Amino acid sequence: MAGFRSSAQYIATRDLEVAVNAAVTLQRPLLVKGEPGTGKTVLAQEVARALEMPLIEWHIKSTTKAQQGLYEYDAVARLRDGQLGDARVHDISNYILRGKLWEAFTAPSPVVVLIDEIDKADIEFPNDLLLELDRMRFFVYETREEVAAIHRPVVIITSNNEKELPDAFLRRCFFHYIRFPDRDTMERIVAAHFPDLRADLAREALSVFFRLRDVPGLKKKPATSELLDWLKLLMAEDMPPEALRSSETQIVIPPLHGALLKNEQDIHLFERLAFLARRQGG
Amino acid sequence: MFVPFLLALRAAGVPASITEHLALLGAMKAGAADGSVEDFYYLARAALVKDERHLDRFDRVFAACFKGLGEASGDAPGGISADIPEEWLRQLAEKFLTPEEMAKIASLGGFEALMETLRQRLAEQQGRHQGGSKWIGTAGTSPFGAYGYNPEGVRIGQDRSRHKSAVKVWDQREFRDLDDRVELGTRGMKLALRRLRRFAREGAASELDLSGTIQATAANAGTLDLRLRAERRNAVKILLLLDIGGSMDEHVQRSSELFSAARAEFKYLEHFYFHNCPYERLWRDHRRRAESSLPTTDLLRLYGPDWKLIFVGDAAMSPYELDMPGGSAEHWNEEPGAAWISRLSGHFRRSAWINPTPPRDWAHVRTIRRIQDLMEGRMMPLSLAGLDEMARALLH
Repeated sequence: MAGFRSSAQYIATRDLEVAVNAAVTLQRPLLVKGEPGTGKTVLAQEVARALEMPLIEWHIKSTTKAQQGLYEYDAVARLRDGQLGDARVHDISNYILRGKLWEAFTAPSPVVVLIDEIDKADIEFPNDLLLELDRMRFFVYETREEVAAIHRPVVIITSNNEKELPDAFLRRCFFHYIRFPDRDTMERIVAAHFPDLRADLAREALSVFFRLRDVPGLKKKPATSELLDWLKLLMAEDMPPEALRSSETQIVIPPLHGALLKNEQDIHLFERLAFLARRQGG
Repeated sequence: MFVPFLLALRAAGVPASITEHLALLGAMKAGAADGSVEDFYYLARAALVKDERHLDRFDRVFAACFKGLGEASGDAPGGISADIPEEWLRQLAEKFLTPEEMAKIASLGGFEALMETLRQRLAEQQGRHQGGSKWIGTAGTSPFGAYGYNPEGVRIGQDRSRHKSAVKVWDQREFRDLDDRVELGTRGMKLALRRLRRFAREGAASELDLSGTIQATAANAGTLDLRLRAERRNAVKILLLLDIGGSMDEHVQRSSELFSAARAEFKYLEHFYFHNCPYERLWRDHRRRAESSLPTTDLLRLYGPDWKLIFVGDAAMSPYELDMPGGSAEHWNEEPGAAWISRLSGHFRRSAWINPTPPRDWAHVRTIRRIQDLMEGRMMPLSLAGLDEMARALLH
């Protein structure tokens, strides 16, 4: 079986590789948590690529119901058709809309299913999917048919910790917590994404980035995805490394900071710190 | 296989069950960890731990159960340094200073001088007992490791390991920050907190408004006219301020239960910590308080009066802290604690104080009576009945 390994585009630590491969081997869902922007969602894409399977993404919102992943009965459309005298109305299966999990269960070859940000949904959401994810089958009441998985899909679930997940659900998953990468790993990640980035620019940018993450009181610390965006901008602008350099004590606002700081309070905070630092220095 | 390990994990509070154990064995059998100890550690972690808060406990149990696995490492991870909470210093004061000395110091300069002398005394003690890190105890059982902080830079106990020899992955304890000792058994609290729910229709219209549809359809001469409306959601916003002062140590478990119950129950929940009494700064992460602190005035600005304010604390402190400028045990405060409490409870329309000590003891503690007055009687015990009472006080 082709295992999941770090690839040229995605740097996975060894513990992540073990967790993914164990989940794939035992055909259990893998629950991935971690700071926003550490590559939880990208992980599913990379797993799909490594295992050469298609990826089905199901993004969860606060209004998403578990049932929508299986199927939906569009009663409103049927009611409307009934009023208009449409012939379709006599076959209820015309109004059964297939959900992402149905799609995954009936796919001709094994697929990877990403259930993204499961904690966004209602607290009952994971419980409602317990049986379906465990047995990989469900029953359609309207048409009295049972949908069972032809191939058990690889299920990857991400969570941002907004809500606690029920124990019964957790018991069925493998779990991995993606830590924020340390500097070495981050250098590898940057090298994987921008092989032709100048080494001195990368070094300065990473210094600025890690110092920025250490600024207390930031509402949203920049994470890997922000760093990569920022580097892309720096390269597009052809920024010289000197523009990023600042002494250890002095804080300057990095150029193109809009890619790193996503919230105006953070920018204000940073400007205030920079101002204080200048005043102390001068 | 690995049953003692599983039992040790459960004893340490990692809720691993037979299902997880079988999953681990299945994965081993399928060859998911091929021979290397590190892979086995990663695999066991992925299979048995389901919450990042338990990762640190897992690491410790793993280290204890599989000691000597892999190449021999230099040192056991013994001397985990802990910072001493201030309340402990106070208790130590009674141990290390004679009553005469205490009386003398008190007559000279009050409790601040007392603390200063104590610090010197302890510093000497440290000097004489070389390498004596044991008397703090290991981080696992003592709440001081987790909740410790450092009063004015005095660090008692041994510093981080001086031996930089091969440290195994699980000995690095990288997940220590994530452990917050949340216990099970929060269901009753959740139910009590549920009383605080206030439903309001907010957000996108996604629900069929049946009576509206019937009315609109009838008005439309029988042609269907669908009406949608937003779903009902819990719109109550809670701001928790938690005391993590030394005297709270015995209440740590129940306070964290309350915290985890509240966290599961409310969508809008923010929390900050204070020490004994709220002053001009609060902080969000009690292990990184220097970096995560927030001026209380900013808090008043950030959270509008519609947030419900809940203090959680035993309200047992030195009367100085409440009524004297500079009375705080750890820094110089311009304004007394009482002023900050009134300012906070005045800003928020609804506020309450949850006290984990039993109500029968309240009358004996001066500062509890004082805060009870400041809160206009809205101090409730941390019991289900108390939470019910609090919910009523916060809503009406």
